[in-house]
Formats: sequence, C-alpha cells, structure tokens
Amino acid sequence: MSLHGQPPVQDQTAFDVLIVGAGHAGVQIAATLATNYEGTVGLVSAELYEPYEKPPLTKGFLNGEVSESELLLRPSTFWRESGVRLILGQQVSELDPEAHVVATAQGHRISYGRLVWAAGANPLQIDLPGINLPGVHELRTLEDTVQFREEVTFRTKVVVIGGGYVGLEAASACVKIGAEVTIVEARSRLLSRVTGPDVSGHLLQRHLEGGAAVELDASVSEIGEVDGRAGSVLLNDGRVLDADVVLVSVGIRPNVEVLAAAGARCSNGVEIDLQGRTSLPDVYAAGDCTCFPIGDGELLRLESLQNAVEQGEIVARSIMGETATYSVVPYFWSNQYDVKIKTIGLFNGYDDAIVRIGGEADAFSVVYLRNGRVCAVDSINSMRDYVDARKVLGSRVSADVVRDPAVRLRDAIIVEHVSDTSA
Amino acid sequence: MTKITFRLPGEERVVAGDIGKSIMQVAVQAGIAGIIGECGGDMSCATCHVYCADQAGFKYATVDEEDLLELVNDLRDTSRLGCQLKLTETTDDVVIEVP
Repeated sequence: MSLHGQPPVQDQTAFDVLIVGAGHAGVQIAATLATNYEGTVGLVSAELYEPYEKPPLTKGFLNGEVSESELLLRPSTFWRESGVRLILGQQVSELDPEAHVVATAQGHRISYGRLVWAAGANPLQIDLPGINLPGVHELRTLEDTVQFREEVTFRTKVVVIGGGYVGLEAASACVKIGAEVTIVEARSRLLSRVTGPDVSGHLLQRHLEGGAAVELDASVSEIGEVDGRAGSVLLNDGRVLDADVVLVSVGIRPNVEVLAAAGARCSNGVEIDLQGRTSLPDVYAAGDCTCFPIGDGELLRLESLQNAVEQGEIVARSIMGETATYSVVPYFWSNQYDVKIKTIGLFNGYDDAIVRIGGEADAFSVVYLRNGRVCAVDSINSMRDYVDARKVLGSRVSADVVRDPAVRLRDAIIVEHVSDTSA
Repeated sequence: MTKITFRLPGEERVVAGDIGKSIMQVAVQAGIAGIIGECGGDMSCATCHVYCADQAGFKYATVDEEDLLELVNDLRDTSRLGCQLKLTETTDDVVIEVP
C-alpha cells in the first residue's frame, strides 16, 4: 500500500460531485458514480492511505492474518483510471453551502456542484489525567492500528478501556499475540449497548478462558506515567493495574461538526432523509455520521459497514436522478477467539428473549422479541440460525420451536392469517 | 496468476488473478458488476454469489457456505460464494458466471 508523503498539488479545484471521507460509504459512492455518471467526481480523505477496509483492522489485521495490501478497497490503478480524483491528506474544516465551496485545514478550497458528507466518526475522547501519554492508543484508522500493533508483543501488558466490539476484538487479538490483557468496562456487562445479557455472559466467559482479565463496573480515574509514557491504570476503587499499552475504546461520535457549523440539521449525527439528503441544499450524507428516519419520528444512527455501503449506493443513485429509497435490515458481525457472532436486526427496546442452545458445541442463538415479534437475532457460531434469522425477523415465533435445536429456526414462524386490514 | 473469465449478461471480461486471492476480491477490484462482496469475505452477506461449473483446484464448499447460499436468488448446483473460491497453483482458466 502506498503511503503518500505529500499530496499532489491540486490542479482541479471544482467537481460536479465532491465526496468528503474515503471510508466504505465514500468509496461506494465513488465507485458507483465511476461506472454510470458523466460529471467529475472528487473524493477527499483526511488520511494519507488509499481507501482501505475497516472491519479487518481489529480482526485479521491486528493479529497478523491480513496484510496491509489485502485491505485495499480498490487497487491503486482504480484511482488513476476510473476518473474519480482521489485527494489524500486534506481535512475539510469549513463548508460554505451558499457558495458551494469547502475549505481544508491544509489551505485548499474546493468547489462542488453537489457535496456528499461521508466523514464517518471519531473515537470518543475521555478526559483523564495521563490520556495524552505515549502508549495510550485509540483504534479507528489504519494508522492507529499500525501504531498499536507495533507496541504489542508477547507479554506486553495491555489495558483495554471499554468492552464494546472494538475493545473486545482488539483484546482477543492481543491475547493471541501473547499479550497480558485486562479489559475495563464501566457497566456491569460487556457489549451492553449492542447485545443482551446471554451473549455478554458467553463472551465474558470466553475472554476469561482465553486468559484476559475482565473488570466490570470499573471506571478509570487516571493513567499513570512511568518513564515518560503510560505505565499504569488507576481504577476508581483505588486499585492500580500495570500497563505498557492502554487502548481507549469507549465508542465513537459522528464527525459532523463542520456540517453543523454550516447550518445542517444535526442531532445524533447529521439528519438525512431516505434519499440521503441533508437539510442543506445539494448536500448529501452517508454512513456512520448520519441518522435517518425509521418511522414514528424516530431517527436511527447505525455504526456498520453495511449501512455505509448501502446508504452510499442510495446517495449515488439519488445523485444520478434515480428515486432510490433507503431501507435496511441491519446486520453486524464480530470475531473474538473462536467465537463468531452474527447479528440480524436491532435488539434495542426488546421485551423478551429466547435462548436457543445449538446442536453443535459452542453454538447458540438468542432471539429478541418486541411486542411479540422478532426484532433481532444474535447467532453464535451458527450460520444456519443466522440464515434463518433473516426469515424470522418481524414474525411471531413459537418459543418451543425456537428452543428446539433439532428443528430449524425458520420453522418457528407462526403463520398469521391476514384478518380485517381495514381496522 | 490465474486467468478468470467473468461471464456477465451480454459481456465477457477476462481478468488475471493472483494466487491466494478469492474470486470475490478479484471481481471487486476489477469492478465486475453484480459481485459486491459487502462483508469483505467474512461470510456474513452472500453478495458475492457466482456460478462456477468447473471447480477443479478450488476447495469444496463448507457446511457454513452451503447454509449461507440459501439466501441467494437462483441457487443452482454450481452456486458458490466468490469469497470462498480461493485461487491456488492448480486453478487454471477459471470461468465464472455472474448471476
């Protein structure tokens, strides 16, 4: 992968479509426009790397199974031959929606016909003494991950602050490398934001078996300094954990300050409609930085690759004049040790859960219900349940069938007769 | 290097693929329409469905792959997930039909 030391001097400062952010959403938009769109397209990235895949960073890339070149979303030739102009190392810091111009922190001005904001999200910062010491890391970009990986070897003492997906995947990769890992989670269980207690408990067990230490209901008061770098982590109860490396993985916040300052309606991210339009004229958005309507005045923000890719596709088609409407059945996946978690739907607001112990060892699924209907399914090491989960989503199911591993999950659906629809 | 012929509706594209890469990776990098590879090869999405009649040199489908293939439209005996078709020294002159 090429790391460009200096971005080339820009000879083109106006594009019909300018995309800000070269993650999965931005690249999807660029790739779709490259095949079917006549106008000029620019893709601006604050990073110096050519666009790369994000999910493997905390999975295969961190534990060495995936190389840098395998992460490339498109070959370098694509950026030379597709007609899409890739502009690296430029961070958009200002937007003038009236004049249709953005300015970058590096001093360039680029004008656009239509703008797509696909700037993703940044790691949440926590305000702690010692947070800026060398040895304290976050994991969002390839550069972050390369730096973190360089410092973690056999017997390195790693303290992971935050037991969400990023922290847990990183922890399992560090354990695999032979590091001594402690996970510190402020809440009473792991992954509390995205899954129920059954999956949390299973993962806790797996991390403990793998050799990691896990501190629940524990918060950090300070990162201690030893020889000019992070050397310990102080917990609120007064205990001190030795640390060579500290990973802060407490969530992300959507990168929308520039849009908000320009007057775009923002709440939990920039608000878009189902065609990907923001409240500013000719400004679209896609990916982790957006929230979109899901009915009843509710807005949803997703942190997922699928959402980035599929919203990106919708925005590209909107720009090309098609009337595409966004609708998504969210899925997520995570790999930790030998545990493969696959999720369909959103468990938020569930009022009942049925656990299905799988026929195979280490396999189980949890079916989450809201108002009697399946709203999400977590499948652990069970591809068949994951496949069937797509079919049962939104349906009423027989709890007895769900619990019976000898019967396929899809057969748990209770077929409802369509009654009076005028009610 | 393996020579791969992608048969698309009304079109054929011949692409060279490096050993170790999957058919999905080669197709995405070459911009073959219809092969999306959304999840990057983690067997979470089934958006890299292809037909491959002569699978000499490729590994057989695992039970997980067979299960995930249930999600695709127009399943045939020759259906595979492109992400699971890894090019090897013995894959040669591969023909892939894109649904």
